[in-house]
Amino acid sequence: MVDLTKNYDALVIGGGNAALCAAITAREQGCSVLLLEHAPRHFRGGNSRHTRNLRCMHDEPTDVLTDAYHEDEYWDDLMRVTKGVTTESLARMTIRASAEVTPWMVERGVRFQPSLGGTLNLGRTNAFFLGGGKALVNGYFATAERLGIDILYDTEVRNLKIRDGVFQSADVISKGFPYTVTARNLVCASGGFQANLDWLKESWGPAADNFIIRGTSYNKGRMLRVLLDNGVTSVGDPKQCHAVAIDARAPQFDGGIVTRLDCVPFSIVVDRDAQRFYDEGEDFWPKRYAIWGRLVAAQPDQIAYAIIDAKCIKLFMPSVFPAIESDSIAGLAEKLGLDVAALEKTVADYNAAVQPGTFDNSILDNCATDGLTPPKTHWARKIEDGPFYAYPLRPGITFTYLGVKVDAEARMVMANDQPSENMFASGEIMAGNILGQGYLAGLGMTIGTVFGRIAGKEAAKNAKH
Amino acid sequence: MQSTEIVKTAQRQAVLDDARRAMEICNACRYCEGYCAVFPAMEQRRAFSDSDLNYLANLCHNCRGCYYSCQYAPPHEFNLNIPKTFQKLRAESYEQYAWPGPLARLFHRNGLIVCMATALGVAGVLLLTMLLQTSDILFAAHSGPGAFYAVIPYELMVGLASLTFGYAIVALTGGAIKYWRDAGPGTEGSVSWSTLWQAFQDAATLKHLGGGTGEGCAYPDEAFSNIRRVFHHFMFYGFMLCFAATSVATIYDHVFGWVAPYGWFSIPVILGTVGGMGLLIGPAGLVWLKFKADDASAEKNLMGMDVAFLALLFLVSLTGLILLVIRETPAMGIALAIHLGFVLTLFLVLPYSKFVHGIYRSAALVRYAIEMKNAKPSGE
Repeated sequence: MVDLTKNYDALVIGGGNAALCAAITAREQGCSVLLLEHAPRHFRGGNSRHTRNLRCMHDEPTDVLTDAYHEDEYWDDLMRVTKGVTTESLARMTIRASAEVTPWMVERGVRFQPSLGGTLNLGRTNAFFLGGGKALVNGYFATAERLGIDILYDTEVRNLKIRDGVFQSADVISKGFPYTVTARNLVCASGGFQANLDWLKESWGPAADNFIIRGTSYNKGRMLRVLLDNGVTSVGDPKQCHAVAIDARAPQFDGGIVTRLDCVPFSIVVDRDAQRFYDEGEDFWPKRYAIWGRLVAAQPDQIAYAIIDAKCIKLFMPSVFPAIESDSIAGLAEKLGLDVAALEKTVADYNAAVQPGTFDNSILDNCATDGLTPPKTHWARKIEDGPFYAYPLRPGITFTYLGVKVDAEARMVMANDQPSENMFASGEIMAGNILGQGYLAGLGMTIGTVFGRIAGKEAAKNAKH
Repeated sequence: MQSTEIVKTAQRQAVLDDARRAMEICNACRYCEGYCAVFPAMEQRRAFSDSDLNYLANLCHNCRGCYYSCQYAPPHEFNLNIPKTFQKLRAESYEQYAWPGPLARLFHRNGLIVCMATALGVAGVLLLTMLLQTSDILFAAHSGPGAFYAVIPYELMVGLASLTFGYAIVALTGGAIKYWRDAGPGTEGSVSWSTLWQAFQDAATLKHLGGGTGEGCAYPDEAFSNIRRVFHHFMFYGFMLCFAATSVATIYDHVFGWVAPYGWFSIPVILGTVGGMGLLIGPAGLVWLKFKADDASAEKNLMGMDVAFLALLFLVSLTGLILLVIRETPAMGIALAIHLGFVLTLFLVLPYSKFVHGIYRSAALVRYAIEMKNAKPSGE
């Protein structure tokens, strides 16, 4: 039985990668550690359970990574996606530390896929967890249990008592019963607020009701709010979130990877009124999918439909929901609940504008429209071969950018710009220090791992003083 | 009868549809591609025919790595449980491929059928022996060449064994042909020595119980362990050694005219003893794991088939070893009859028991080897 009256060396809030890395590190340094996970055991692990890999710098091939990925290239990639909205010292520290994490992870129960190269073409930059993020979380939890970390599921931290930037205690509801937990150090690894629709509405208005949350339903941002209200400095744009276009039939929460759709570049995308609104063939999908969440969010009712014909159905990854199918555009419009004449006209106008070209989906080919607004600049082919298919699209929220500011010791930075004595943050709640904008595959897990370990180490140092 | 058939077909279709739904979700995720052969094979497809699903289900070794790693496992609303789904489909496929067709129903309540067959088999052979022999012969100590045949005549023993084992071979071959026609590679490629060699290695090492890294599978619980693979090796190689012992003994008898029983240090007895130990340790261990296992991903009502067959193997071996120990005492006659009763039953139920999984799994591994040879690169 977990003794909640005990004064722990470290209280870790959260049950994902960053929390586990912090808890394990602190415990290995001899701390007594309590880890509180809001979710029940089956849904433990926060958004880590939906991840698949982490991005690691390496100067030569390793057992889990091919070729080399040097610091400068990593940094350039980060600059490209964030457009400079990052903290260089922390970012470079994270990049360098990423070179050493995989053996540490393996020793603590994480298993990697051998570097295969094929998958997502990320085999060079990213190390893939065997079985994905839930397997990683399982491995870490098993290690945490073995090390004697006290773990409580179904336990939500409701409030924190913080005095002059020093953490005192936490108000907790564990399996329905209230407790007050004290600890000498706090590690907050409780994620962002993307599952809090009311909070999203503050920036997005009623449109947020039509957002689908790709990850866990437990990231309500309660700790983030409490910390900011208690004078911790914030980082990241409070209004922005990473949004991609996903299948509109996805569940409200936790749909994860399978709800993504890769058909847009081969399609035309129309809104509720059967009108096109953006160049579907602007660039390769991996470079464009992140803008489509926002594009769909800006359409009436936050809904859109990607429409393709038979020759395109096999050009992209299969997705979890079958395409809506019909032998005619009119039939498709009826099934989608769109105005038949409007959709027929949109398709006819598009077909009339398609210029001859040589289709090649491996390059930015010369298949484009002429005289159409908006144009389709690549991979434009007539939609004429039945059966015709449609996928409904909605904005899928991956994560939010707002977080708490930290220093190189993972200490939260207070309003007076002084680091907190005993409050640390790791993972999504502080990722905005490094990823202020955009998205880089596998970076979130790298930040969580690196800062989790730092937070655990610094908390342990504190506890020994 | 007809309505039972309709229910049966509907039930099989429901299992197939569930497997198809599951594979379509998995194919959009692919996080598990490093665990075993099922996922790379899945990635070769966009749509899943019934035959594809039967193939994939029989390719699944039930290692359960994917279940514990699955972000969509229950209580998630997608309710994915690949090991359980495929276990059910495999059971359906055993019926579908059973030869001759009408005997497919022996796979319903297979645990019960195997138990009843065993009881009848043992009782039958005992009864037959008692009818054949007077009690002074049955309960006398016999020794030297031909001692066993003093109790059960040579012609009868060899005749019954050949008949039942021969039937098992014919029925298993019939099943294998039905399987290959439905769930074999069809026109996608053909068997070659290299694909056979690859499949043989995969089967002989139980590569796909290795969890992708050789650390083993999530059995009996979430932690990875090779214990199941080890027990299965005990059982499989034990079985093969016993088979080798019988083969050598047959050669001794027919070619050299050396008549059983053979000495303690003769090749057949050494092979049989070592194999017999394996057949005790393996099945016992596997049953133990089954009862210990986290049952989240197991279909409870299919456990009978597994346990009954494992128990039968165990008893064949146990009675064989007892016979070896007491073969010079007056109890030999009864021990021999009981042992042969178990062996006779084993031969008879072989085509209608869990044994068939070895045939279909091996065939699936051959198709997998063919498929991977011609594979197009997966991924996006």
